[in-house]
Formats: sequence, structure tokens, C-alpha cells
Amino acid sequence: MQQLLSIRNLSKSFGSVLVTNDIDLDVPQGQSVGIIGPNGAGKSTLFNLITGVFPPNSGSIQFNGQAISSFSSAKRCRLGIARSFQIPQPFSGMSVFDNALVASAHGAGLSAKAADAAAIDAIEKTGLIEKANVLAGSLTLLERKRLELTRALASQPKLLLLDEIAGGLTDKECQSLIQTIKDIKADGVTIIWIEHVVHALLAVVDRLVVLDFGQIIADGDPEITMASNEVREIYTGIDADA
Amino acid sequence: MSVTVTRRSNASTIFLIVALLAVVLFVAAPWWAGRAELRLFGEFFLYLGLACLWNLLAGYAGLVSVGQQAYVGFGGYLLFALAIHFNVHPLLIVPVIALLGAAISVPVGLLVFRLHGAYFAIGTWVVAEVFRLSAAQITILGGGSGTSLPVSVVKSIAQSRSDRESYVYWAALFLVLLIVSISFAFLRSRQGLALTAIRDNEQAAESLGINISRTKFLVYVLTAALTAALGALIFLQKLRISPDAAFNVNDWTAFVIFIVVIGGIGTLEGPIIGTLLFFLLRESLADLGTFYLMILGVVAIVIMIRAPRGIWGFISNKFGIELFPITRRVL
Repeated sequence: MQQLLSIRNLSKSFGSVLVTNDIDLDVPQGQSVGIIGPNGAGKSTLFNLITGVFPPNSGSIQFNGQAISSFSSAKRCRLGIARSFQIPQPFSGMSVFDNALVASAHGAGLSAKAADAAAIDAIEKTGLIEKANVLAGSLTLLERKRLELTRALASQPKLLLLDEIAGGLTDKECQSLIQTIKDIKADGVTIIWIEHVVHALLAVVDRLVVLDFGQIIADGDPEITMASNEVREIYTGIDADA
Repeated sequence: MSVTVTRRSNASTIFLIVALLAVVLFVAAPWWAGRAELRLFGEFFLYLGLACLWNLLAGYAGLVSVGQQAYVGFGGYLLFALAIHFNVHPLLIVPVIALLGAAISVPVGLLVFRLHGAYFAIGTWVVAEVFRLSAAQITILGGGSGTSLPVSVVKSIAQSRSDRESYVYWAALFLVLLIVSISFAFLRSRQGLALTAIRDNEQAAESLGINISRTKFLVYVLTAALTAALGALIFLQKLRISPDAAFNVNDWTAFVIFIVVIGGIGTLEGPIIGTLLFFLLRESLADLGTFYLMILGVVAIVIMIRAPRGIWGFISNKFGIELFPITRRVL
């Protein structure tokens, strides 16, 4: 299978703390990958490395067969890597529609009419259409999380990186979010999703990766991985072999 | 689903009509206003221009420069140099001065863009001081004490004083209309969408495909060019230039920051309201001497505390109106 994302020997440290420790990860086109792990395991750092917020200390990242390690965040977005931020980062003084339009006009590089249509399309998919003319700064936290997803979608990504987008939702909201992400997946978008709400993750992903102390400690079928000793150890703190 | 995207609103249509009427009134001012009023209006336009440009720079691109007097003085000195020593018509060289302002801002920008935040602010100020000290070395333009525009050059604009003052006034009016129109068109464009995104959140803007440093540099060069053109007209109105007047941080940056901050930073409407208030205060309090500056300071502090987004920020927040139709609305 064609690998959309290919990470080799990726390491990143902040001072003396090794946050990403020699990670190898291949994600084929169209796959949905869930990432779990305790706080501080290096999940968000991995996203920041993939999107180019900061450079790695060593290792390589290939996207669509192209080495992207030296590219800016903006260029990576234009190539088709979109993300949602764990803490929403709305353009507060701009309307929801303009927020999405930034992504479709600049991230996807669409021209005026097509950019409008793509922005509307993304807003409809994420259920924010009623709020299209509202200033993003006046949205509730949940709506801001949806706006993160809206903008990421409006940039027409090949690879969508979701960072804890289900946290704090009610059960009903979570179900509708799961449906939205399933639809995005059905459109052929490759997804990597960091999430603590494991049941939401398991409803969507094809594969589960477990990170701890900056390393991948388990990787495979979601159900089997969840039942593995490594995962039980992390989440219960009990040495499962004992 | 078919949707339409529009930007017009009732408020913006009414504003357009009022603005057009005001423009007609101001164009006709040489026939109905006295000499002192004409001079005041001209100065008002030039300050409005400076405020619009500083607002683009600081309010949108996040480039808090306290050194825009570098370009005001550069434009003024260039006008005097070209008019006196190359015998060119003073009004016709203003566009050339804008181009030269853009040209000088490229190397200056490359230098100061290495600095960020407060360091950028100080860096731009240092550059302006370097400009001032350099201007004081130009002996053919009077060195440190400056020079006046020779009568022959002044007469080349128009024979009579009232004609000359009208021409300079119209030039100032034309330039500020150009600056407001360019700002408006720019903010409505694709690049303007990017710039507004940068205003609100640089990290998100970068992650959505916007080349932040390129956009900021573009704004820096554009505002430098137009600031130089304004500087040329400011000193054409004064007919006299000196390094201390041309590169004055108080006159060309501090007052401008005051205007933009009280009017509403990061909005197109803010600088207009701020300039109006600044001139109202100045004209009514000028006789008070030092107290005038203290009152300006108090006004600035009160507004910053009570309405941090300025007068226009307060109004638009409360009533949700926009005079310049920039925000797109989905119908």
C-alpha cells in the first residue's frame, strides 16, 4: 500500500527531556489511526513535529513520498496536512465563515468562488451552519472545537490530525462528532486522532498506536491493542505481568 | 445547498452615502472654507493617512513600529532634495517618492524583521534616529538646521498663495482617499483575509497555510511607501524642513499611536474616529499648553482601561455594525 505518511527515527527533546524518542510510523493512504497514551507521552509533540511547529532533533518525515522536514507549517498545510489544536485557536474577530475561508483560500489554495463553496461545505459538515455569521470569539468551547475541525476540513486535507477533539462533550454531542469523523473518513481522508475518550476513538479508527515516554509501545488492531498488557499497565498503573 | 455570500449591510450603505457627501464637501472646501480651516483639514487628512497606515502595520500585522517617522522624514527630505536640486514639480514627484520609500524599506525591513516584539519597536526607532542623524549631515539641505523651500519652487506649484494652498490641500485629500481605499481593498482581498487572520492568531494562521513573514513584509513595504508620500505632502504644506521636525517621534508616531489606540486598533473605522477625536481635543485644548498633553494622556488611559479595543471596538461590539463592509455574510 502507498504510505501517505512515513516517519523514521524521529526524535525531539526539550532541554534534557526526550519527548519523542526514535519513533518510526507509517500511515497508509486512507487509514484512520488512533493515538493514546498518558499525559506527557509526547502525543501533541508528535503532531507539532508532523505539522512543523518546531523541527525535530533528528529523523525524517515523508509525506506523499516527499521529505517535508525542512518545510514551514504553512507549506505543509498547503501540501495537505491539516490539524485541529487541542486548545482551540479561533480567529476571534472573524466570523465562522471567514475562519473557514482562511483555510479554503490559503490552505487549499482555492480561488474565490470555489473557496466560498468549500468553506460552506466544511461548515455544513461540522454542523456550524447556523453560526456561520457569528464572530468566532463568541462561540462556546464546544463550538470552538467544531470550528477547529471545520477549518481543518476546509483546507481540503489529505491527512487530518485531530488533537483531543472529543474531550468534554456530552454523549449525544460525542455521537454526532463520531458520525462527522466517520463521514470524513468515508471521503478518503487519512486521519490520525489523539484522544482520551477511548470509546469515541474505537468507533472510528482502523488501528491504534500507544505512546509512552516518547516511544511507541504498542501498535495494531484497536481491540487487541486495548487488551494488551502494555496498555493495561499504563492505564491502571499495575504491572500486568506480575 | 446554494448560498450567497455578501458583505453589504444597511450600516455600510448609509456610511458610503455619508462618506461620498463628505468627500464632495471636502473637495469643494477651497471655495467655502477659510485659509486656516483649509490648513486644518489638510493636516487632518495627513494624520488620518498616518493613522490608517500605522493601524495596518501594528493593528493587523502585529508590527508595532515606533519608527514610522523614518519614512515621514525620508519622504519630506526627498521632496526638498528633488524639488530644489533637480528642479522637478513638487506635486508630480510624490508618486516617485512613494516608490523610493518602498525601495528603502526593503533593506530596512530585512534588518528590523530580525527583531520581534519590543525589540522590533526599539529597532525601528533606532533606524529612524539613524535617518535623522544622516539627514543632519546633508549640508546642501541645510544640515542640522534644515532648509526652506525656495520661492521659485513654491511659485512653480502655483503663482498665487491661495491656488498653491488649494493644490496641496487637494493632494492631501486625494492621498488619504487613496490610502483608505487601498486599505479597504487590501483587507477585502485574499491577502487581507490572511492579514486579518494574522491579527487574530498567528499560530493558527500559519497552520492554515498562510505565509506569515511574507504577508507582514508586504504590509511593511506598502505602509512605508505611503508614509513617505504623506511625509512629502506634510513638508510641502509646511514649506520648511529640519531633521528634528522631519524625524520627530512625537509628531509622527506617538500622536498616531494615540489616535489608533483610542479610535480602535485593528479596525478600519478606528483611525477615522481616533483622528476626529484627536483634532477635536487639540483644537479645543491647544490654549492650555502642557495641560493639553496631560489631558491627552488621561483620555488614552481611561479609554485603554474602559474600552481596550478603542471607541470603535466598543461600538461595534455593542451594536455589531461595520461601516467598511469587509466581513462576509452567508445568506
